[in-house]
Formats: sequence, structure tokens, C-alpha cells
Amino acid sequence: MSHIRRDVMKKTLEKGTRFDGRALDEYRPIEIQTGVITTAEGSALARIGETKVLVAVKFDIVKPFADRPEEGVLTTNAELLPAASPTFEPGPPNEYSIELARVVDRAIRSAECIDVKSFFIEPEKALGLYVDIYVINHDGNFTDAATLAATAALMDTKVPKVENKKIVRGQYERPLNPTRLPISTTLIKIGDQWIVDPSRDEEKVLETTITIATTEDKVCAIQKGKGALTKEEFLNAIDIAFKTGKHIRDNLKG
Amino acid sequence: MFIGTRVQNKVNEMSTANSDVQLIIDGKRVDGRSPDDLRNIRIEAGILSEADGSSFVEWGGNKIICGVYGPRECIPKHDSSPYHSIVKCRYMMSPFASAEEHSRSGPSRRSTELSKVIREVFENLIISEKFPNTQIDIYIDVLQAEGGTRTASVTAAAVALANAGIPMKDMVASIAVGKAGDVLMLDLGKFEDNFGQSDMPIALSARDKKILLVQMDGMLTKEEIEKMLEMAEIGCERLGQMQGDALRRFYQAGEQESFRL
Repeated sequence: MSHIRRDVMKKTLEKGTRFDGRALDEYRPIEIQTGVITTAEGSALARIGETKVLVAVKFDIVKPFADRPEEGVLTTNAELLPAASPTFEPGPPNEYSIELARVVDRAIRSAECIDVKSFFIEPEKALGLYVDIYVINHDGNFTDAATLAATAALMDTKVPKVENKKIVRGQYERPLNPTRLPISTTLIKIGDQWIVDPSRDEEKVLETTITIATTEDKVCAIQKGKGALTKEEFLNAIDIAFKTGKHIRDNLKG
Repeated sequence: MFIGTRVQNKVNEMSTANSDVQLIIDGKRVDGRSPDDLRNIRIEAGILSEADGSSFVEWGGNKIICGVYGPRECIPKHDSSPYHSIVKCRYMMSPFASAEEHSRSGPSRRSTELSKVIREVFENLIISEKFPNTQIDIYIDVLQAEGGTRTASVTAAAVALANAGIPMKDMVASIAVGKAGDVLMLDLGKFEDNFGQSDMPIALSARDKKILLVQMDGMLTKEEIEKMLEMAEIGCERLGQMQGDALRRFYQAGEQESFRL
């Protein structure tokens, strides 16, 4: 990004508004489309501004983990598609895609929104639930878009019918019905200003970033990225995460 | 030094019983600690003669070595910056580190994430503008693990960087605070981490108490998080003293005469 653009962005923020006209705590328009992948048991495309993230949920028969022999297995993976941004490159997962997958995984897992015990079939056999995150277009804040898409996809998911220890594709037992809806809020700091839902341009100049995932009343995952923050800033970020989380969750339910 | 074994016995006992896991008995934790007690910690500086700086941390059942190289030529060249040094960090867990099965050697998704968050701690501290076109390597190897390796790694790496003479704005120490058996506690062991309700590793800079690392899983209210931050501050202060002691010991003795793992 050019120095002029960078300087103008910082000056605009100092005045309490943003480059694209948003307020500091204002999200870009959010749009969710579910059931977009018919070959998966659940899916959703989340849009935050121009950022688009697809999540597909698919089931398979897997062997449970040795320390949880009577539970299904949740696996989360993330791909930053090279088509999504000039800065993404093809190749094996890098630290950004791994971190993204692990943060979304942590939010879903900690919120205990899925009853993995119900996925048990018989010893050594259970349903495995794969949450695949595809970042399709990256205009900033893919973390929140991915959490949102994942939560929406889980709400859209139907548990497949199992017969003779095999999944009958296209036939369903019941809706998955996640009990809690984790929503993440990413805040970044530029100069002295904290802002939510950073655009790609804002991410290029960020000094500090933190992602906080919440359910209705609890914080369920935190991940700090670049930078440093004071205790007050951290606690304030939690308040904002609860506020935006509630707003987005209400939209998701309605 | 027997705490590790005691906890392991407890784990075996619990996993065979596979029933209610009691993490607090008569106000004490499974290894006999109070909620705000740390495990036994030993920090040594300058244990590797070939590295520019190094450290060893034994923390309960964790054994971690850290070697720092640099500032040195940045390779590959296109990674370098004419404005500052590039901080690189590699956190690795040995395949024999856990009490359970032999794990695969090489990087994992977990180690990739941890390398990133640890690097992001030190990018805030190292005065990298002093060394353009160079890189600083932080190599962390977990030889033995018993929960809390990322916090022990940050604590170790800070000592190794200081030992390498790399200018930093501040020191840093790191500790996990968590919730287990409905009690908020400092420095979770592996057992408390596995069976507890929540785990929040934190790294705080020594002087201005800035949060340089924070992660969390589990379910917590804001009030709990607030209390846990206070506990972390106390823990980090104690660690800071141990870090200082380790460095002072090294520079007073001149050389590390007899380092034992």
C-alpha cells in the first residue's frame, strides 16, 4: 500500500471515521446463504462486505480417538484459495490457514455446540464431522467470516442416515441443531483507534489484532495475533465482542 | 521432581476409572498445589556453547531448550527487509515428549500455530530496526512435555534472547491461567488442561504489563477473565525474578560449568 494511502487512512481514523465511511465499531453488510453445496451435509457462504468464505460440512465414518472411544470426531481444515487474494499462494497449508482452522475449531469445540457423543456407532466406529473452510475472496477479516460461515453451515447440517455401518448419502436422520452459536469478533488497532471488522487495507497497516469468540453469555475462544495490548484494551475488546456477537447471532437466528 | 510421576499415576488412575474427574480435593490440586502455586521451575541461561544465546527451562514435567542465532544473514534473501531484522521462530515438540504414544516428528499444525504466536510475542520486543537485512532465529525444542509448553517456551526464549545480547524493549514471561473443578488456577498441568474447563495462556511484558500473547479455550465470563489476568500478573512477576536470577548466575559465573538436563 502506498504511503499516501496509509497516511490518509491513519488521519481519517484519528477523526473517528474510517476510509470506507464506517464507524469504528461498524461491521460491513453481512449476508449468509445456506445449502450452497448439495454434495455436503451442510454448507454456508458468508459474506462480510466483499470477503466471502464458504464452509461445507461433510460426514464420514471414522475411528474415534483412543482417549475418547465413544465419541465422534470433529475435524476443521482451512484453505486460503490462491484465487482469493494476490497475496495467497498455492502450496501446502501455511501458518495463516492453519491458525484460521485452529481458531474456528476452538470456537466450535469450546462452545460445545455439537453433541459428538451422538455420533458413536459401535466400538471403533463413529461419525466424523469435517468442517472445511474455503476462503474464496479475501477483502479483510476472513476469521470472522469463517466462524460465521461455520456456525451457519452447522445450523444447516443434517446428520446422515447410517445403515449397516455405512452412510446412506442423501438420506438424513435428523438436523444437527447446534445448541450454541459461537460468533467471533476480530478487533484491530491502528494508531490509538480500535476498530472491528477490518478491511484488507486496514489489515495492511494494523499494529495489533485480537479475535474473541463468544456465545450468548461466555467467551469461548481467544486468539491474539500481531502486536500488544493493555489489560484495559483487552477487557474492552471482550465487551465489544459480546455486543457484536449478539447482533450477528440475532441476525443469524432471524 | 516427583510431581510428574505423581500426576502420571493420577492420570492412569483416572483414565481407568473413566468417571468423574476430581480436580480439586480439599482445596488442593491433583499434584498437591494450591490454586495460585506454580510448579517447580528451574531456569538456566547459556547452556549451548555454539548458539549466540541459549536457555533451558525445567517446569514441572516440561523440559525445554532454546537456542538463539543472530542477527545473521537473512536466508532466503527475498525474506529480508532493508528496514529491520526478520524474527523467525520454530517451536518443535520431540516425538518422545509426551507420556502417551510416540508422535510423528516434524512440524504439526499445532507447532506451526505455536511458532507463529511465540514469534509475535518477540516481534513486539526485539529492537529489530537496528539490524536491517538480517534475521534472528529462535529455536525452541520441547524435549519433555507436561502441559504449558508454549508458556514455558516464551519464558525460555526471553532468557535466550537476553543471553544472545539482542536488544529488547522489555523482558517477557508467560504463564497459563485456567479453570478446573470450578476453581481459577495458575499454571495448569497437563492433567488440569486435559480435564479442566478452560485454559488461557498469557504472556506479559515485564515493565509495562502489556499482553503479548493471549489465547483461550473453554467457556469463561468476563469477570473470570479479569480475575485470571490478575493471577497471571502475579505469576509472570515471579517468573521474571527467576529469569533475572538465571541470567545473573550465568554472567557472574562466566561460563556454565556443569549443566544437567
